[in-house]
Amino acid sequence: MSADISTAFAPSDEGELAALIVERFRARAPLRIIGGGTRVQTGHLPGAALATSRLAGVVTYEPGEMTLIVRPGTTMDEIQPMLAAEGQALAFEPPDMRGLLGGNGAPTIGGVVAANASGPRRLLAGACRDHLLGIRFVDGQGRILKNGGRVMKNVTGLDLSKLFCGAHGTLGVLTEMVLKTLPAMPERATLALPGLTAAEAVAVFSAALATPFEVSGAAYRDGTAWLRIEGLGPQLAYRRDRLLALLGDRRAEVLEAGATVDLWQGLRDVAHFAGAETPLWRLLVKPTDAPAAVRALEALGGACSLDWGGGLIWYCGPALPDAVRRIAPHATLVRRGGLQGPAFPPQAATIAALSAGLRRSFDPAGILNPGLMEG
Amino acid sequence: MSGQFILPNRIARDEERNPVSSIAMPEPDPRVLARAAEITAALRAVLPDDAVISDLEETRAYECDALTAYRCPPLAVVLPRTTAEVAAAMRICHDLRVPVVPRGAGTSLAGGALPTADCVVIGTMRLRDVLEIDTRNRFIRVQTGVTNLSVSAELEPHGFFYAPDPSSQLACTIAGNIAMNSGGAHCLKYGVTTNNLLGATVVLTTGEVIELGGPEMAPMGLDLMGLLCGSEGQLGIVTEATLKILPRPEGARPVLIGFDDAEVAGECVARIIRSGVLPVAIEYMDEPCLRAVEAFANAGYPKCAAVLIVEVEGAPEEIAFQIARVREIADALNPVEFRESRNADDAAAIWKGRKSAFGAMGRLGDYICLDGTVPVGQLPYTLKMIGELSRQHGLEVANVFHAGDGNMHPLILFNANKPGDLERAEAFGADILRLCVRVGGCLTGEHGVGIEKRDLMGDQYDPADLAVQMEVKDVFDPRWLLNPAKVFPLPASQPYRERAAAE
Repeated sequence: MSADISTAFAPSDEGELAALIVERFRARAPLRIIGGGTRVQTGHLPGAALATSRLAGVVTYEPGEMTLIVRPGTTMDEIQPMLAAEGQALAFEPPDMRGLLGGNGAPTIGGVVAANASGPRRLLAGACRDHLLGIRFVDGQGRILKNGGRVMKNVTGLDLSKLFCGAHGTLGVLTEMVLKTLPAMPERATLALPGLTAAEAVAVFSAALATPFEVSGAAYRDGTAWLRIEGLGPQLAYRRDRLLALLGDRRAEVLEAGATVDLWQGLRDVAHFAGAETPLWRLLVKPTDAPAAVRALEALGGACSLDWGGGLIWYCGPALPDAVRRIAPHATLVRRGGLQGPAFPPQAATIAALSAGLRRSFDPAGILNPGLMEG
Repeated sequence: MSGQFILPNRIARDEERNPVSSIAMPEPDPRVLARAAEITAALRAVLPDDAVISDLEETRAYECDALTAYRCPPLAVVLPRTTAEVAAAMRICHDLRVPVVPRGAGTSLAGGALPTADCVVIGTMRLRDVLEIDTRNRFIRVQTGVTNLSVSAELEPHGFFYAPDPSSQLACTIAGNIAMNSGGAHCLKYGVTTNNLLGATVVLTTGEVIELGGPEMAPMGLDLMGLLCGSEGQLGIVTEATLKILPRPEGARPVLIGFDDAEVAGECVARIIRSGVLPVAIEYMDEPCLRAVEAFANAGYPKCAAVLIVEVEGAPEEIAFQIARVREIADALNPVEFRESRNADDAAAIWKGRKSAFGAMGRLGDYICLDGTVPVGQLPYTLKMIGELSRQHGLEVANVFHAGDGNMHPLILFNANKPGDLERAEAFGADILRLCVRVGGCLTGEHGVGIEKRDLMGDQYDPADLAVQMEVKDVFDPRWLLNPAKVFPLPASQPYRERAAAE
């Protein structure tokens, strides 16, 4: 198989992809699926590269129906301006990981969906999986299949879209995705609160997120907490003033629209931990558990930042995997920085067995990104 | 469907009427029937006395759900109070190879909880505890037998609510909401159950218990919870759930917009959505529905071809701004009326007719309520075609639905006492659902497939698309004991069921 590693396939349509996978299935020959190559590192996996670059293009975009149908190799650079021209966006705010991981490809929508990649607005708008309405894919036997549809409410049969979103290509190769688009709120501002501990920041987040003012970002790093507010017309000023009143004596600086865009793009892309080789972890916790976890992690060296109101901890530091996972079991190693071992967290035995059963069912020969998600 | 609890499908007014048979169910397994006494004894041995019901007079209370035209008393009913009791019952059914039909409150309009003579119904209605309310981390954890409405009632003193609000919310339970991925009137802004479910305790067919998700904001590994939500009892029984809770909005205000042309009303919906205003609800009623509502509830709606009710949320200034935007959009389309609500009484008056729509339709006769969903841009065409189908089938239809997300609820009127009328109504309904699929939509937006849409699944999915779903069921339920005759057309599932039975 070692000769295979330098091979690269780039099928130009679904039929060609299916034919290729049929062949690979028969030969039990693995494939590494690559979109822009900016998100999950698959270089260590066996097999030939399968690029989605030619499975590209927007099939349909209907702003009045808030739906986008798109092929996986379509770049985010193509999609985002097209939606913005209609005043819409992918509300889950997918991050760009190039700064963190040093990739120089163009991020694709297929990669975003395969990784369930969701940024700060996940707090208010839900994750990528909440915006995925339907899929077409080729499974590990080369069958061309579909699930879900293009409407916002659909309970017809089992929902396989959710399963594929975040499966990192281990169940099938996506060939078409239907995504819900939403109006982008035209007005935005940020409240910046300096001089806070992580515990104080999470308390501020909990208070702000208990209000109906639709806080669309709640992040913290280096002693400063930020709350992003958005709205339509006069909503913004109203929400800002009500939140400032809620914060009472706490000193808060208001950042206007331009500064808000830059700040949250940086937080989304975790720019503060970019350009380093240190291991980087993504940990999911109950928000009020975050302050204790941050203390424990930083005691092992390195630094943390918070997103999702404290529910997401980014930890950039030298701690060993076992130590990190003792503090927060739901930990994914995003940048290896020389660390060995599985990137994804281990699962309870019954759940691991069900997941393995599902993989066998979609990919009986184990040829699609084999082992990528093994904990 | 918003607000008040509405009596389900009224297609079986005559309680004694024999079940019609246009939707087939498999023959009960004689091997299971022969062991009925052994099965109930095994259940009684591990469960409290009052948790097992096998007397025919008592099991009859569970012979149907809200799809009342189809009835069959089960072999036994189990009503556990804990996850451990659900697990014990599941383990026995697994070991003795007895089919299991999970049941919430029995409000399914699709026959999702219809028993078979050889099954044990496992009901979740006694799992009634609220386990944890955590407003700092924004979740509530409940046993799944609590009703949808009581979840929001529990949260009210804390200033929070639970967003999915199916019209049966007074009676329906969280277990059923998860099984069917229920929606409601406010999905346009808040999503459906799957978007508001954070974690689940699931009893598998073997009796093993797994914990999926939790207060964390993304799944660990494959999103099994996303797969489970809406799986209609095919994969397991959810006994506890962690639900996302939202701060209550400061206020909400509806406006009523009347149009003399149904297509223009559809255009108005698309333009509102495009404008950037995201109302919490956009409801649509057509002329036959308006007539019925007027006669029943005297709602004072304009006499016109279509009425929209658009509801926006926020503080008074925010509401005023959003309503002004909606008004600007509507005015460009020459509405016959644009009615704003200045206070709570005005608002209630606007909602009054919509909330009484199902009751009003019920006064006109029996009806079937459909649930197909179409892309919003296809609403005008779909409405026109439904009108044509109505003439072809010779049955009247009224449309009242969630227009913002294209989730239609055509109500087909018929006379249950007239021989053949139900079958005609079902045939008309099937044509409407095929139409929904043809224009890019789906068979069911929020009610589920159950048995009602089971035999139409081939219109939406190719054989391979159905096969891959049945392979997924195989992973969770290799013996095909969980709700085995639902969701998948019987000829499609037959090889799986037969293989499982032969093992």
